[in-house]
Amino acid sequence: MSEEEKIGVYICHCGHNIAGTVDVEGVAEWAKSLPNVTVSKDYKFMCSSLGQELIEEDIAEQGLSRVVVAACSPHMHEPTFRGACSRAGLNPYLFEMANIREHASWVHQDDGEAATEKAKSIVSGAVSRARELEPLEPFRAPIDETTLVVGGGIAGINTALEIANAGYKVILVEREPSIGGHMAQFDKTFPTLDCSACILTPKMFDVGNHPNIELMTYSEVEQVDGYVGNFTVRIRKKARMIDVDLCTGCGDCWERCPAKVVDTVYEAGLGYRTAVYRPFPQAVPKYPVIDTESCIYFKNGRCRACEKFCPTDAIKFDQEDEIIVTSVGNIVLATGYDLFDSRRLPQYGYGRLANVFTSLEFERMTNASGPTDGKVLLRDGVTEPKSVAILHCIGSRDKNTNDYCSAICCMAALKFAHLVKEKTDAEVYNFYIDMRTAPKDYETFYNRLMQEGTHFIRGRAAEVTDAARKPEEVGKLIVQAEDTLIGKQRRIPVDMVILMAGMQPRHDSQEVSHRFGIGCSDAGFFNESHPKLDPIATMNAGIFIAGVCQGPKDIPASVSQGAAAASRVLSLIGKGEVEIEPVRAHIDEDRCSGCRICNNLCPYNAIDFLEDLAVSRVNPALCKGCGTCVAACPSQVIDGQHYTFNSIMSQIEGLLWDVRPNGEEKVTFQKTEPV
Amino acid sequence: MPKTSERGLFEQVMAETPGGETLITCLQCGTCGGSCPSGADMDSTPRRLFALLSAGMDKDVLESNTPWYCVSCYYCTVRCPQDIPITDLMYAIKQKAIQAGKYHQDSHAAFSESFIGYVERYGRSFEFGLATRYHLTHHPLSMLRKGGLGFSMMRKGRLNVTPEKINNLPQLTAILKEAKRIARQEA
Amino acid sequence: MENSRTYTYYPGCSLQATAHAYDESMQAVNKQLGLTFNEIDDWNCCGATEYFSVDALPAYSLVARNLSLAVQSNGSQDLVAPCSACFLNLRKTNDYMSKYKDLNSQVNQALAAGGLSYEAGALNVRHLLDVVIEDVGLEQIKTKVTKPLSGIKVAPYYGCLIVRPETGYNTEYPTHLDELMVTLGADVVDFPMKTHCCGGHMTQISEETAYELIRRLLQNASDYGADAIVTLCPMCQLNLDAYQNEVNRMFGTNFHIPVLFFTQLMGIAFGLSENALGLGSEIIPAGPALAKIGTVDEQKTRERPKRRDKKALPMPSMDSGGNE
Repeated sequence: MSEEEKIGVYICHCGHNIAGTVDVEGVAEWAKSLPNVTVSKDYKFMCSSLGQELIEEDIAEQGLSRVVVAACSPHMHEPTFRGACSRAGLNPYLFEMANIREHASWVHQDDGEAATEKAKSIVSGAVSRARELEPLEPFRAPIDETTLVVGGGIAGINTALEIANAGYKVILVEREPSIGGHMAQFDKTFPTLDCSACILTPKMFDVGNHPNIELMTYSEVEQVDGYVGNFTVRIRKKARMIDVDLCTGCGDCWERCPAKVVDTVYEAGLGYRTAVYRPFPQAVPKYPVIDTESCIYFKNGRCRACEKFCPTDAIKFDQEDEIIVTSVGNIVLATGYDLFDSRRLPQYGYGRLANVFTSLEFERMTNASGPTDGKVLLRDGVTEPKSVAILHCIGSRDKNTNDYCSAICCMAALKFAHLVKEKTDAEVYNFYIDMRTAPKDYETFYNRLMQEGTHFIRGRAAEVTDAARKPEEVGKLIVQAEDTLIGKQRRIPVDMVILMAGMQPRHDSQEVSHRFGIGCSDAGFFNESHPKLDPIATMNAGIFIAGVCQGPKDIPASVSQGAAAASRVLSLIGKGEVEIEPVRAHIDEDRCSGCRICNNLCPYNAIDFLEDLAVSRVNPALCKGCGTCVAACPSQVIDGQHYTFNSIMSQIEGLLWDVRPNGEEKVTFQKTEPV
Repeated sequence: MPKTSERGLFEQVMAETPGGETLITCLQCGTCGGSCPSGADMDSTPRRLFALLSAGMDKDVLESNTPWYCVSCYYCTVRCPQDIPITDLMYAIKQKAIQAGKYHQDSHAAFSESFIGYVERYGRSFEFGLATRYHLTHHPLSMLRKGGLGFSMMRKGRLNVTPEKINNLPQLTAILKEAKRIARQEA
Repeated sequence: MENSRTYTYYPGCSLQATAHAYDESMQAVNKQLGLTFNEIDDWNCCGATEYFSVDALPAYSLVARNLSLAVQSNGSQDLVAPCSACFLNLRKTNDYMSKYKDLNSQVNQALAAGGLSYEAGALNVRHLLDVVIEDVGLEQIKTKVTKPLSGIKVAPYYGCLIVRPETGYNTEYPTHLDELMVTLGADVVDFPMKTHCCGGHMTQISEETAYELIRRLLQNASDYGADAIVTLCPMCQLNLDAYQNEVNRMFGTNFHIPVLFFTQLMGIAFGLSENALGLGSEIIPAGPALAKIGTVDEQKTRERPKRRDKKALPMPSMDSGGNE
């Protein structure tokens, strides 16, 4: 049948992106000589409406049965050209895209001739493959209207509320005992200095009381199966050792608990909590948890003070983790960040020099409900500092740790400088490389800080030491840096040092990205579908990302992303059903030997073995078309739709159009006989 | 690619330092200048020297005392957020200054050259020879003052008055001669 | 049964002169630890920092001759250097030749003129301290201690080149020498300037620069109450010991802090005789500090462990993280 096909070939200039390197006219002219090519044209921007109309007209007038567009990556514009084919009445799966931009012009900018030859090969491969394409129909599946939101920080809270307010169910899963995330640890937010708790607490309360939100704190998602519209998730609800139906959150338990440990999560290590604890007064839900690692009863079988004093008998030492398996239609990941571990840079003395603090410790210190009741004090808990140094870029913009800018630290440092000035009489020194205060009203805040008399020293601090060289340095922390605007080394003796530690992906972000089947950058931030035009979606349909898990950002940006993710989810729910690419594996059951090799190899558990017929069958709803089974089948009876053996081999033959072994026959591939 | 000598000093220094091409990414953050233990004695901090270098102010770079005060502690190198091999670049700039005959306050270069003279002649360093010859030439007064220290050192067996010499000196000489020839050819 | 370990050995020029005490004490300690060092035949100077300042390729070639001869000796692939500068130059040449192809071929071209060659990365260059701590191990060392160094407060001084550029140990705040001293029973000072510079060759060419660097170290060790500084590098020992009186003269200070090699303190803890350890060759006599060994600090025993102040904020834990 391939003999009768009429193929149209369209070579895109992409402005200068392709035409600047590849001889596009030459390639279009040359492509006319390829078998079955009826039309071959070049055009400035094929993705423009005029470009698309060109294809539509040719399909109608020339009766094209296959279309090849040689342009950019199919990632962006395959849907565009499939749409054009559809409108002209051609099955969209008879369209093939050849990438001569990323694969030719961009990577061979210095050699136009070679790039042109390579473009010819790519086009030839696409034409050969197009000849073998078969019409396909997308699957349609209904969308489950419940959404899973993972992470209860400000981004996740906002996503959950937007969706729930629109009238749809949300399951919000949070790893810690309370929602709130990092924002709940702050006292003030830049640049307006409004109270973090005042603006966050109402939202937390709304989440806790929303009829459409099912809140699962102290819980983690363990497994995700399925596809857009129809995911099945397995959630582990860790045992709180508290019966929440009986607990009133009165606090008798933690007031009597004799086990005190440093709270490294909510208090960032600056304060203590008990073994049975509620992380902070405004926690949602209000119920405490028992940390079994520090609980005296769990360690040596004695104590049970909390149980004795609980007025409602809500303490349940025998509670076990609960596993919940449920279905959801869409998933939003808003898993946030970890703070850079400042101990990795010992030159700044954190952990060794008592009065070196991290940014998060300082947030807790300035918080009215924090360990110092909001007072700025040295580690002794008594003395107010007379001078404070704030060191920017700790674990940011540094190839030894994290090479990216953490985006928020300059502003947070300015906020800290202001708070020190407000609460003490101390001199404040900021050591910075570049002040980055781009968003709205941020520069105004920088100006305000200059007026307040904060010292700004342009130079990344080199070290913090207690080794005094001069009498005035004795008993102080000395920050040594080059003041690059003066060009001299300076040593500034201070009482307190605050390290503006950068934002890092969660320590388990790689693992989580695998679990949800999405990509992750080298650093560990989740990959968006497109860095500019699709920063919310991922490459896995139905899974969206919001907040710092996608990259460093501040509260307004996280809130916006949370809302954007909600909007994406709502538009899918509104549509009611999803179209799913019919790129699936298919087993020829007449020829299947029933060996079951494919069953276990399938990463999506999409292959069932039919005992009665003794053959394997692919569940098209679960199959992602990855091709593992196709390659593994010893009988070669599994074909990947849209990526059939013939279409792939034809594409390779096409790519090698000018290769003739020993100057003899053209290369052809034979399907080997089954073993 | 042009021969290194046809390129500007910035490019030459980068090309002649293993890993030196990273200098082009210098952020001018001053971590090097802040870390340098002898920074106070330098006319330019290392950061400023690199700014002069990339601005093409070659004369200022070659006449600067900065690289000669480098103590090779490698603090700048390990702390540099851009992974620039700063200490090695200092060596390269010293070599350029010697080649150009630009560094007039020559006592530092002279010390290195005297040291090398003994190594090339004996295959071993010779502290006594170095101390006496170099100090008599450059700091005769301090030599008098330090005589006592030298005497103590000798008495404690810590200063040999005759140099050690390796057996196969011709082999070493041939290797160094060839290395110098290759280096000249590359430039 | 004693484990016997054999290494290829590069002594470096200093160990035959200014640091003969290091050489003697190392040999004495090696016997106790079952370490055998086979010296490279006809090795030459590593060029210190001087050769690299003048001419890079001959400098690398000078070092590479030693690497080539070390391979020819057909011994252990582990090449040990007790001097930090030698360690750096041998290691750097070995690493750079592996990493940079052009340098590798040029150095080999130069070596060929002397009938030699070196396959980059064929050797594993190590510092003596690393061998003692990693291969022998603190546990075995502990079994050799017959005279614990209790009563003497030592400041472990690493200097620069044993940790920088990257050697696998923390480049800012290593602790392995500290741990060795604890194993020997000494009171160890948490010495903030443990990896700062001793002045290097600046004692020869710019006294003002060098003496200030030495002063900072002595001042800090003294502020922290150290009786002695312990080091692992001949240059560091020379600068802090031999120039201490010069520093006192320049700054009007009155430091008398002996500077010993870690092998000397190991020898003392193993009960070896002072003669075998080169003691007495230091300019600042170690006698008064060593006399404190075995004494009990009355004040310390009388002090009760301080209870944490209720108001104080918790210190960050150093249990995990940190040393990467």
